[in-house]
Amino acid sequence: MAVTVQDLSRTGPTPIRGEQDDHELSSIFKAYTVSATFWLIFGTAVGLLLAFKFGAPDFWAGKYLTFGRLRPIHTNDVFYGWASIALVGTAYYVTVRSCGTKLYSTALAWAGLWLFNIAAIAGTIALDLGYNWGDLEYREWPWPIRLVFLAALIVTVWNILATIARRESQDIYLSNWYIVGGLLWTCIICLVAVLPWYQYGLGQVTISGYFMHNAVGMWFTPLALGLFYYAIPKVLNRPIYSYALGVLAFWTNLVFYPMLGAHHFLFSPLPWWLQTTAIICSVGMLVPVLGGGANYLLTMRGRYHGRIESYPLAFLFVGVLCYVFGSMQGTVEALRSLQAIWHFTSFTVGHSHFTMYGFVTFAAWGGIYALLPLATGKRPGQLGMAVHFWLATTGVAIYVISLSIGGTIQGLDWVHGKPFIQSVVDMEPYYLWRGVGGILMFLSHLVFVWNVWRMTAGKPGDAPSPIMQSEEAGA
Amino acid sequence: MKKEMWAIFGGSLLLYVVIVLLIAVGPAIDLARTPPGPGVKPLTPLEEEGRQVFASDGCDYCHTLQVRPLPEDKVFGRPSAPGDFAYATPEMLGSERTGPDLTDVGNRRGEVWQYMHLYDPRAVSPGSIMPNFKFMFHEVKAVPAGVAAVPLPPAFAPKNGDKVIPTQRAEALVAFLMSLKQPAIPGYAMNGGMGGQAVASAPAAAPAASAAGGYAYDAAKGKTGFDTTCAACHQANGEGVPTAFPPLKGNAAVGDDDPTTQLDTILHGRQGTVIGGVKYSGVMPPFAGQLNDEDIANIANYERSSWGNHAKPVTPAEVAKLRAAGK
Ligand code: HEC
Ligand code: HEC
Repeated sequence: MAVTVQDLSRTGPTPIRGEQDDHELSSIFKAYTVSATFWLIFGTAVGLLLAFKFGAPDFWAGKYLTFGRLRPIHTNDVFYGWASIALVGTAYYVTVRSCGTKLYSTALAWAGLWLFNIAAIAGTIALDLGYNWGDLEYREWPWPIRLVFLAALIVTVWNILATIARRESQDIYLSNWYIVGGLLWTCIICLVAVLPWYQYGLGQVTISGYFMHNAVGMWFTPLALGLFYYAIPKVLNRPIYSYALGVLAFWTNLVFYPMLGAHHFLFSPLPWWLQTTAIICSVGMLVPVLGGGANYLLTMRGRYHGRIESYPLAFLFVGVLCYVFGSMQGTVEALRSLQAIWHFTSFTVGHSHFTMYGFVTFAAWGGIYALLPLATGKRPGQLGMAVHFWLATTGVAIYVISLSIGGTIQGLDWVHGKPFIQSVVDMEPYYLWRGVGGILMFLSHLVFVWNVWRMTAGKPGDAPSPIMQSEEAGA
Repeated sequence: MKKEMWAIFGGSLLLYVVIVLLIAVGPAIDLARTPPGPGVKPLTPLEEEGRQVFASDGCDYCHTLQVRPLPEDKVFGRPSAPGDFAYATPEMLGSERTGPDLTDVGNRRGEVWQYMHLYDPRAVSPGSIMPNFKFMFHEVKAVPAGVAAVPLPPAFAPKNGDKVIPTQRAEALVAFLMSLKQPAIPGYAMNGGMGGQAVASAPAAAPAASAAGGYAYDAAKGKTGFDTTCAACHQANGEGVPTAFPPLKGNAAVGDDDPTTQLDTILHGRQGTVIGGVKYSGVMPPFAGQLNDEDIANIANYERSSWGNHAKPVTPAEVAKLRAAGK
């Protein structure tokens, strides 16, 4: 049952029927999804509490619930607990199916899941006890814990590479490029972030600029894009618009993305050339972003009405849009004249939710809704998906819009030389709206739990097959 | 079929490693060796302990420890220079300013204020949304000998009449906060401060317009241009910041009748040259994209005629020529 690119371009990634034949794969996919969902709930409950504290700074101000300890718990848990575990779960499914083979080792997949969870649990406890590695964003966990995460990555990439090596076809489907690339690059990222020899003073600032952005764009982005390349054609039951465009986006992303990290340190004492390279590469990123985005949207061409009936497609569609617009926003933000206003304001927090939530999280949801029912043979309820979709979409829109407006006002207050406290007072209504958005987002996650339950252990719902009728059949 | 696999995965991994060495590890190795600036000293053990508290309680998520060379950052001190961070490991430059920058807070606030503020920020700063850090204090009936209670307005003091004394954690943290002073550099007047901003000392009368090809030097524009774009680093009094940003007062390039060096630097930026026997650690950014020829001529002429400098004025045409010559 070899699947080649030639086949794929005719029929989409894999045959539609007979997907429940692989029980081991199905239980792994289920376990990763359930575990990720736990971290989603935990991480965003903490996030909601943080949003509340902006209005009520004296609420739960004890040592273990103080703002500064909970904030890194929120960011690390949604990164390394939710998004990483969810995307690795879908990656296993995508790789195995697109290679038309069996997983190389179930034991390794389980070991990886344990390691990811041990890291996230230990990291959470360490941060709450105050063992924070210097507030270096997204690498606050003490280094031994980050090595556990690295071990999880190594186990995963080993398993996935060995699975790909087993395939019978000649070519390697594009999704796997992104998945393996993301895993390999992230091993390097984790290593560079842990090695101590150059991490002093400004040297460490350089690494922070590199790390915080590469951990996002060379890890979550490729995994989510790899998932798009599989799930979108799968759901639409038609091939990807252009394979070549996908290849171009892959290499350009690899060249431009790694260098743009220092744009978080514009106007810092880092060397000017480093800051300038970062700006240029931020502009260069338009190539893979627009190329990739166009590819997905053109694949969906003519089938937009389908978004309404197919919620998996709706999630993927929002994910693609946020990928394109969130990345373009990032490019614009990197320009020096605008950085002078937006840097250090809440605008940046809006941007990271635009991308990490609107793009990465929606991609993971779309992937799970599209593929998990195929693996388990159980579908969620249509209403459940609809409520999840609309709560999450409205919530994140309110969140991002309020912080973008608020952040701009905050930045202008500073430029106009107002007393600092003015910017704090001016932000109050926007912090409040952010909280409203956050509540909707959190409620949508509770609905997601219910949907996951129905796709795994519970009574299946009434949603139609995630795979839409092909045009020939529909016409 | 194995070949393609190695080409894609091996190739992309290798390419990535090369990029990372070039843009992250290499520069990091180099920058980690940046020597401390003048007056930048290692922390005492107590201050170091306070720095740990600062990190573990996450103060850095709301406060930055870096001042940018932008007019709006002037209230926080002079722009940070590379040498300022020699002992700052782990780095805590920060990425968000929900609260103010703290680079120079030791020069702004006293110890007692810090204790009151940590115990309850709203006691001293109405409207603040900073969390209280009451867990860093004990509430006691009687203050032990040799310890000073934190003075608090009645509305913010414990209701039962208890006195508030700091724990070791609070003492260390405040020691660290008090150590946050941009080193006083001789000959450099701090013009920041949360209060008023010292008004830039206006230079002696600028010479009258020297007409050249229809261009007349506009002294007012020159001064405003300089104060908003250049003074953050070179200082309004033209004296710069020793070892970080060179003085323009009495500067050879500015005093030279041949304006090439001066204009070229403004247009295209510069770093690491030896000026008057000193190598400066700061960066001179390029302004070609930001200022037009006339702006630059006005600013250059302002420099050429201020702080006791007397040099031949320049014209926008000269700027245009050097801009075209490019770099
Ligand atoms: C939730 C965000 C937040 C956190 C966390 C936070 N702060 Fe603040 N901080 C603020 C805000 C807002 C202000 C401005 C209003 C005020 O003076 O209280 C401020 C002001 C300050 C000031 C006065 C600065 C000045 O220029 O007057 C100091 C000092 C300070 N904070 C220290 C700390 C320390 C130390 C910690 C950690 C123990 C901390 N902050 C944690 C938000 C925060
Ligand atoms: C970010 C800080 C910064 C800003 C802003 C800045 N400069 Fe500079 N400037 C420097 C540094 C650092 C040097 C020394 C460069 C070197 O070491 O090669 C310098 C060098 C110079 C020199 C050459 C001095 C010499 O002796 O060679 C001139 C002239 C100059 N600057 C003018 C300006 C003007 C005019 C502006 C405003 C348009 C400006 N600078 C803005 C940091 C700055």
